[in-house]
Amino acid sequence: MTQIHSDTSQKEAQSKVKLSARNIFVDYGAEHVLKDVSIDIPEKTVTALIGPSGCGKSTFLRLFNRMNDHLEGFQRKGEILIDGEDIYHDQKHLEELRETVGMVFQKPNPFPKSIYENVAYGLRIRGVKDKKRLDQVVEESLIKAALFDEVKDHLKKNALSLSGGQQQRLCLARSLAVDPSILLMDEPASALDPISTAKIEELVEELKKKHTILIVTHNLQQARRVSDQTAFLYFGELVEYGNTEQVFTQPKEEQTAHYIGGRFG
Amino acid sequence: MNRITRSKIIDQLFKYFGILCTSIGLIMLAALLINVFSDGFGRLSIDFFTALPSRFPEKAGILTAWTGTLWIFGLTILIAIPLGVGAAIYLEEYTRKGFLSNVLEINIANLAGIPSIIYGILGLTIFVRTLRLGESVLSGALILSLLIMPIIVVSTREALRAVPKTIKEASLALGASQWQTIWHQVLPAAFPNILTGIILALSRAIGETAPLIMIGALTYVPFVAKSPLDEFTVLPIQIFNWISRPQAGFAINAAAGIIVLLGIVFVLNGIAVVIRQRARNKIKW
Repeated sequence: MTQIHSDTSQKEAQSKVKLSARNIFVDYGAEHVLKDVSIDIPEKTVTALIGPSGCGKSTFLRLFNRMNDHLEGFQRKGEILIDGEDIYHDQKHLEELRETVGMVFQKPNPFPKSIYENVAYGLRIRGVKDKKRLDQVVEESLIKAALFDEVKDHLKKNALSLSGGQQQRLCLARSLAVDPSILLMDEPASALDPISTAKIEELVEELKKKHTILIVTHNLQQARRVSDQTAFLYFGELVEYGNTEQVFTQPKEEQTAHYIGGRFG
Repeated sequence: MNRITRSKIIDQLFKYFGILCTSIGLIMLAALLINVFSDGFGRLSIDFFTALPSRFPEKAGILTAWTGTLWIFGLTILIAIPLGVGAAIYLEEYTRKGFLSNVLEINIANLAGIPSIIYGILGLTIFVRTLRLGESVLSGALILSLLIMPIIVVSTREALRAVPKTIKEASLALGASQWQTIWHQVLPAAFPNILTGIILALSRAIGETAPLIMIGALTYVPFVAKSPLDEFTVLPIQIFNWISRPQAGFAINAAAGIIVLLGIVFVLNGIAVVIRQRARNKIKW
């Protein structure tokens, strides 16, 4: 179960491995959430994590920016590598790590501040005071998140007055403002209507030119549409990992076929 | 009688029971207010606020008492808020949930139930005698701070807990430190509720008498405190003092003093409600 090579490993070998998990075990108290998961994720691609509720997808995703560290009873064994470096090695670099790894959450969670301040937050906490620089980064980030045109005339407005879809794109802009090379997305469209969902998917497509993206999704069609690789997790184990087209059309494992075929989940 | 009519009758009965409960409280309060106002309202005048205590009821005023109350109030704010809010932040945001934090939590909740006179004895021993602060405003403020700290800690923790976890996560995921997250996100969001708790606690401190009697604030103080180390008296003690005298004139003074004290508490609570409403309108999750 440890190492699962995909069919496309030859092709992927050409592009650099950005993220790796090595024999990851995660426990919450007495509960085993992840069991011996290993995976290599190539740079500037989209990887979808699929599987039924409670299979450990979100926990796995949150390993990459160490968000699990804040949860009660979290225990981990194994390594998470970014560009070959173990991110759990040194406690001190948590803030730095999260500059490299951005995250968009399941439920839009803008701060109860203005649109501008939401996007500027990541820079402000790093001590950036230069108004011009802030203005520029806020604008660029909002453009990248395809929100600028909708909000450019009222950047001072409270972010909570935006619609759910706009809020989620604002959260994306907020992450992009600190220029992360990796983006983690935890079911980013599950609380959104179909049009807003389509916008998020378009953005994912666009953003992978510059960012390595991991996306957890319940929506299999979405996984198929947006991702290059798909990883199927089931009861804390990585059942199958490979090229998305292959996973969906010719799954190697019976469980994968059952899940994709809608027989459980 | 069928089931539906019966439950309707019970509904009605409960409604009247509720009205009865509410009106008992209101009637008692109204009786108290009418009584106090009819006795003391005529006594309220500028002289009453500017006169020093006196053996003659018509000459006696509350200058030392209300200035003492302001002193105590100001110092208690300065001492109790940082201590209470700081402790609450530590307990809520920094400690790991476990046996120790449970023990701490229960103990703090218990502190809020200790009779205030015990705090007075504690203060007499520690602040007045051991630290030699004397029967001063500072001693009084320290005692009241200890007294209301548990209330502030408990209410502040509630307020911090009510801030959505998603907001904290968003901040942390952007690379903010724990303290940055608390300072920029958690505290502003929790502010209205923290403030409410603080003001309720302070209203309690203002009306508190027993622990201050313990450190000698009951003695006749013929001057206005000029520094935190001066002797002092406060409104509730002045009222208590007057009530315990035989002359009828002092009873009127006491009633007037009660009106002033009620007024202060009323204004404080009013401010709390206004600030809370304003802040809440700004933040809607």
